[in-house]
Amino acid sequence: MQVFIEAIPALIEAWGLILSPAVLSYLLLGVVMGLAIGVFPGLGGIAGLSLILPFMFGLDPLIGLALMIGMVAVVPTSDTFASVLMGIPGSSASQATVLDGFPLAKHGQAARALSAAFASSLFGGLVGAAFLTFFILIARPIVLEFKSPELLMVSIFGLSMVGILAGRVALKGFVAAGAGMLVASIGEGPFNGELRMSSYDYPYFVDGLKLVIVGLGIFAIPEIITLLRKDQAIADRPVLGAGWLTGVRDWWQNKWLSMRCAIIGVVVGVIPGLGGSVVDWIAYGHAVQSTKEKKDFGAGEIRGVIGPESSNNAKEGGGLVPTLLFGIPGSGSMAIFIGALALLGSGELEVGQTMLKNNLNYTYAIVWMLGLANVFGTVLCIALSGTIAKLTNIRFALIAPFIFMIIAFAAFQSGQDLMDLVALFAMGLIGILMRRFDWSRPAFLIGFVLANPVENYTNNATQIAGIRFNRGLEAGFEYIASPINITLVVITVISVVVGLRQAQNIRAEGKVASGGKRAPLMFLLAMIGFIVYALIDTASIPGYAFVDAIFPVFVASVSLVAALVLLVQMMLKPETDDVFADREAGDEAKEMRFGLWRTLAWFAGLLLATSLFGFMIALTGFLLLFFHLRACVNPFRTITLSALGILFIMFMAWLLNRDFPQGLLQTMTTLPWPLG
Amino acid sequence: MNRVSRVAVGIGVAASMMTAGIVPATAEVDFSGQTIEWTIPFSETGGSAKWANFFAPLLSEAMPGNPNVVVKFMPGAGSTKGANWFQEQKHTDGTVMFGSSGSTQFPYLLGDPRVRYEYNDWNPVMASGTGGVAYLNAEDASLFDGSANQLKGKTFIYGNQRITGLDLIPALAFNMLGMDVEHVMGIKGRGDGRKMMEAGESTVDYQTSSSYLSAVAPRAEAGEVVPIMTWGALGADGSIVRDPTFPDIPTFKEVCEATDGCATSGDAWEAWKGFFIAGFPSQKIAFLPAGTPQDVIDTYATAFAKITNRSDFAEISAKRLGKYPVFVGADSKTALDGALQISDSARSYVTGWLMDDFGVSLK
Repeated sequence: MQVFIEAIPALIEAWGLILSPAVLSYLLLGVVMGLAIGVFPGLGGIAGLSLILPFMFGLDPLIGLALMIGMVAVVPTSDTFASVLMGIPGSSASQATVLDGFPLAKHGQAARALSAAFASSLFGGLVGAAFLTFFILIARPIVLEFKSPELLMVSIFGLSMVGILAGRVALKGFVAAGAGMLVASIGEGPFNGELRMSSYDYPYFVDGLKLVIVGLGIFAIPEIITLLRKDQAIADRPVLGAGWLTGVRDWWQNKWLSMRCAIIGVVVGVIPGLGGSVVDWIAYGHAVQSTKEKKDFGAGEIRGVIGPESSNNAKEGGGLVPTLLFGIPGSGSMAIFIGALALLGSGELEVGQTMLKNNLNYTYAIVWMLGLANVFGTVLCIALSGTIAKLTNIRFALIAPFIFMIIAFAAFQSGQDLMDLVALFAMGLIGILMRRFDWSRPAFLIGFVLANPVENYTNNATQIAGIRFNRGLEAGFEYIASPINITLVVITVISVVVGLRQAQNIRAEGKVASGGKRAPLMFLLAMIGFIVYALIDTASIPGYAFVDAIFPVFVASVSLVAALVLLVQMMLKPETDDVFADREAGDEAKEMRFGLWRTLAWFAGLLLATSLFGFMIALTGFLLLFFHLRACVNPFRTITLSALGILFIMFMAWLLNRDFPQGLLQTMTTLPWPLG
Repeated sequence: MNRVSRVAVGIGVAASMMTAGIVPATAEVDFSGQTIEWTIPFSETGGSAKWANFFAPLLSEAMPGNPNVVVKFMPGAGSTKGANWFQEQKHTDGTVMFGSSGSTQFPYLLGDPRVRYEYNDWNPVMASGTGGVAYLNAEDASLFDGSANQLKGKTFIYGNQRITGLDLIPALAFNMLGMDVEHVMGIKGRGDGRKMMEAGESTVDYQTSSSYLSAVAPRAEAGEVVPIMTWGALGADGSIVRDPTFPDIPTFKEVCEATDGCATSGDAWEAWKGFFIAGFPSQKIAFLPAGTPQDVIDTYATAFAKITNRSDFAEISAKRLGKYPVFVGADSKTALDGALQISDSARSYVTGWLMDDFGVSLK
């Protein structure tokens, strides 16, 4: 009881904090931006937060929080539009919604599917916020006891979830996570500053790759390229139809399913690193299992919409649990959230134990904002559904250049270096290939995000444990074998066992056909090549700096063994086996109107032109040519659209006081801003 | 990007400028049409960023023609990357400025092979300092009687960021006091050191003045931790005096004098003092690149003098930077010279100690 009574003043104070016009208007602004980001296929929380990241610097903490929470909370609400109306997931969180939402829309019941989804989203979002409140209340005293071994165990628990994400071939997910951790190890070692897989001759890699670039490259670019290759015709799109009230009634009739799926969403969201990429599939699986009449699933069963949509908003509340409590990111977008938080105000906010201790009012303000944002988001989605539905009618070829322009700009802000764009392109290519050969991209990102905490806490925990064991066995065990830590170990072991058993049923990225042997084998060999390089490079770190080598050498060794086992499997199994998954061999390839390399060449061209003439000149040329040649719009619209894009990006740069990437031309002559 | 979100950004822009007051520097009318770019070799979140962001708008006001002053960040390799970059900058129109910190100075003084910059090439225009406070938990502090004599039987744990960085100062001080300190190497920042102390994982810690004031002082008031010493401040005569921000806390010099076996003379003391002077009293220095003509240097010096002479300067800077002197113009040159004067014996003492106690070789 004590904890509840103590928390009530903080809860009330937090409510007072957010009830200012400035905070509310920023929350609303965040909601509007989040809805817009969610509507567009391929763009989710990572892309949205990356875009507003440069604005965070020095912003009042509450206002910055309002903007970010508003955005993150409603992406899973508006991404339903694309899933239902276009049959394309609006973000990774609503892939399962497509299965029944799109058929419903084809039967003229789009409005019913949408309103059921919005009702479920709102309910799920509120359950998530309530759970977060409750969890902070009960967990706070325990979390304040957490030391390095416990924090390490929480991170390892997150990593262990790779088993669930891995899909049909667990080893592939395992190697993908290992590769993610190795990519995160690139740069100066954290302890002795010894270089890992980099050299001072190429200073870019010394600082390592930024999450913004890896996240946008691995997740956003492959989706955008795929959509651009399909370039679906407008006539395919169904109309909204009637049935708004029917949808809400559908939700009410299935309120217990909605409740159970919301709880699934919260629980999965709590697991560090897992984030939103699987929660909708688990909820969908539950909806199927708990329905007696299964024949309508996949053909327009409303329960197949309610399940995933209840879970994907709820997971944001769950995802904030590890983020706020331990400072360990719950997902890729939460990792960016943590980074952005440090920029707010004069950097006084710090997630984790410090915030729970000193800024409980801010912690609860986040909860209130999460709840309010869900309400705002749902109201706006229903009120503006006609307008937003029209947005999905815009041909993707008309949107894609702007998305690329903005992603390139956001990526460039992370290091102010032309190499940022090269790295973005390279990560995009890796993401495309991983998607093609069904290597789990969420697993890769989890590895990337959690590598740092794992290495860091391992370092602290082992050193302190060593010092304490020197003092005596009791002091040592008291440190590493605390009741909290033993509980965490047990939970991790259980989740791995259950996860591996369940993994067969979860297709994080849908079904993938298998095809010829050569392409998947070549990709595996490239992976092995990278791992071997990482192993050789980090193993050659001189002995006095061996601490910088321990983590990458360990990860590379284990990944190498797993990758070699995969290689043996490939040699033994027939080409129809799951291990040879290749999207280009299946039906998906037939839907493509344009080839992969031809589409990618546009962006390679933008990159090349930027390195020669600088970003602004290259972008102008890119937009004009793209609209004219690829999108085939008339010269007037070509010029108007290009001008709008250029004006927008100049406005952003002016506002943030940032430069554009410079090319060879700028090193030879001095040009006026924005060209120079 | 679609119409809706573009409008949204536009609203955000307008709203943010009105309500949060983050009007970008470009909003300033620029008579001379120039933009001064002040490069900080750290990320947006560190102490150097706070320092530069504090001075940037004041400098814009004080410079003739009110140019824009933009702070740019170039983090990497513990500031070595940015400093190496600055070394290659040549004077063109006086719009390039650089801000170094103690973390830039130490590798230079220790002869780190990655250092390709030369402080003596650069032109300092402003220097300011900070201090540091070491503290113990309440239980251990009961053994502290103004000397470290009773601390000697105990083993302490200290979270150490990087022994060749600013953590050299506390590490050498503990060593001289005869304290048995186990260093947990490679923690991520002093903030992590503070957290380890809060969780009870480490048993001794130090924070720079601004972090001490904001994060540790409340705990000290509650009696959970007790400050034992500051690193002190540099007096006018070059001796170490009490830190003006913490006049009630004794300096390391006083504690050393009271402690058996700790001497405030000799190689160890000279080495500690030399590195302290390099790291704290003139920790952050603003530089113009090599080859800048004297009239440009003078313009900057005058502008910074104008800032420090403001009637409200003491008040606004105490809040954000602590109560430490700011040196401008010729004084900043003196401060820099002081910071760079490490005797060969002090340097070789420290490199020898780093090798013996930490196995660190700077080759």
